[in-house]
Amino acid sequence: MTTPDTTAATKMRAALDRSGGQKPAGAGFRARMSLSGTAYGDLIFRGILVACALAVPILLVALVIELVQGSMLAIHAFGFHFITTSTWDPVAGQFGAFPLIIGTLLTATIALLLAVPLSLGVAVYLTEFAPEWLRRPVATTIELLAAIPSVVYGLWGVFVLIPVLRKVFFPFLRDTLGFLPFFKGVIYGPSVLSASIILTIMIMPFIMSVSREVLLAVPTSQREASLALGATRWEAVRTVIIPYARSGIIGAVILGLGRALGETMAVTMLIGNRHDVSTSLFAPGYTMAAAIANEFAEAATPMHYAALTYVALVLFVITILVNAAARLLIWRVTRSGGKAA
Amino acid sequence: MNRRTIRRVRSNLMVGLMMLAVLIAVVPLFFILGSLIVKGAGSLSLAFFTKLPAPVGETGGGVLHAIVGTLIMVGVASLMGIPIGMGAGIHCAEYPGSKISSMSRFVSDVLNGTPSIVIGVFAWTFIVAKQKHYSALAGSIALAILMIPMVMRTTEELIKLIPGSLREAALALGYSRWRTTLSIMVRTALPGLATGSLLAVARVAGETAPLLFTALGNQFLSFNPNAPMGALPLVVYTYATGPYDEEHQFAWAAALVLIMLVLALGILARFVTRRRFGASSG
Repeated sequence: MTTPDTTAATKMRAALDRSGGQKPAGAGFRARMSLSGTAYGDLIFRGILVACALAVPILLVALVIELVQGSMLAIHAFGFHFITTSTWDPVAGQFGAFPLIIGTLLTATIALLLAVPLSLGVAVYLTEFAPEWLRRPVATTIELLAAIPSVVYGLWGVFVLIPVLRKVFFPFLRDTLGFLPFFKGVIYGPSVLSASIILTIMIMPFIMSVSREVLLAVPTSQREASLALGATRWEAVRTVIIPYARSGIIGAVILGLGRALGETMAVTMLIGNRHDVSTSLFAPGYTMAAAIANEFAEAATPMHYAALTYVALVLFVITILVNAAARLLIWRVTRSGGKAA
Repeated sequence: MNRRTIRRVRSNLMVGLMMLAVLIAVVPLFFILGSLIVKGAGSLSLAFFTKLPAPVGETGGGVLHAIVGTLIMVGVASLMGIPIGMGAGIHCAEYPGSKISSMSRFVSDVLNGTPSIVIGVFAWTFIVAKQKHYSALAGSIALAILMIPMVMRTTEELIKLIPGSLREAALALGYSRWRTTLSIMVRTALPGLATGSLLAVARVAGETAPLLFTALGNQFLSFNPNAPMGALPLVVYTYATGPYDEEHQFAWAAALVLIMLVLALGILARFVTRRRFGASSG
């Protein structure tokens, strides 16, 4: 049954091909797809691809539905007060995620404040100043840091970093900056500051490698022009190169922020896991991801599960908002940058 | 000092600060690798790779169950995640204007930014809570979900790099659309796709958070995907947070093995690309 069909299709295709020289390519393809004998093959193949491509949005819908359903119990019981209250008592069934949210935002912010200047400095040095032989090895070395699993950072943090911080760095901070409320009080090993420092080390490679790529994309003519106008090399970086790469760098920073917000294992192992908000950075705290990692497998009541799922939902929403803000920012910056240039 | 000197001094000062930043950034890596080797290598022995953990209080034993568990779970995750990710990536590259592509692309960005612990919670509510028992399969699915956006993005970008003239040449020679895609576009991008997939595998191999309450961990050798299973990252976590010194030793050794596994995958990934591309370009 298919044989005559196919020959007819071949003839028509030949005819189409002969006249197809003048036709736009798209029209030719479409005609061929619907006429040729391999249309079934194409159809099946396209069907498989569409199924794969649709699997991704379906996954997201399933994720949202499951998270909302899983936290229904807690949503009904606490509503939006969940975000603003601080009681976390699994036995009494009272849950409020305020300390967790603050902990997440606080550790991510501190990590960003430390990591951004550091990684930008490295990226600029590697693209603009370093001798040629040094560039690749250093970049590869730092990118290797990104390959280390989070739990290994946690292990290292607990047994190597924390002792150093507690004995040397934290006392030093308290002695020099102790007039600030953030550096007062008893020094604990596992603390908000320890977690922030490990986060800094973890997100730095990401910010560094993305901003390095962005800086590499800045045309050489831009550099040469500013140097020719008499700028020192640092002035060329500050007034020409960084503004040129601005949108990409902001994207890199937001990428780092997203990672810092969701980072789980290392933070769980270093932050001390206490449902509390303290002004002192030496005190233990908690983050959303750490609370889920720590309590989920041991949750006893349905309400405890629901509360932790609710935390996951809030974390999910926060990361989506951050990513959306990043896209909006990059979009606006590239648009205005395009106008200026 | 005149203005010019001030400017030059400032420039040199900033360069000096940047060099300091490089130093600060590179130190942790050597510090971490150094501690891993110093503290972990001592506990590595043949038994570490071939035996199960000894009961608490006894010395010796190994992490065979966790190595096997990691290989099984990551393998199953790759079987699910790589084909779907590649299919979606090919769709986005070959039909870039279609609504499905732009939606899929957008959602994969969202998924890529989603913390792995949230994916773990999803796998729990979706599978563990419904089956009412922990399972390695739930862990694999969580890892696969993490892989899909990564594989998808590299696939799309690599196929887009291939000149359109190749596709047009194949179609002009009478290749059907699907054969053009598979034997021309995908074939040309294959080394890159292998690299991208290996890097995705390397990344999820070290993931702990999505396994905590899906695969849960297991002290015994298990091949059953429908039951709890051990994994190297879980071993590192449980032993690192345990109270005994021997456990901490074990955690360091397991971490060293995990790092070697991840780095080996990463090096393999680079090697695949370099060999193929190197041969064709020079």
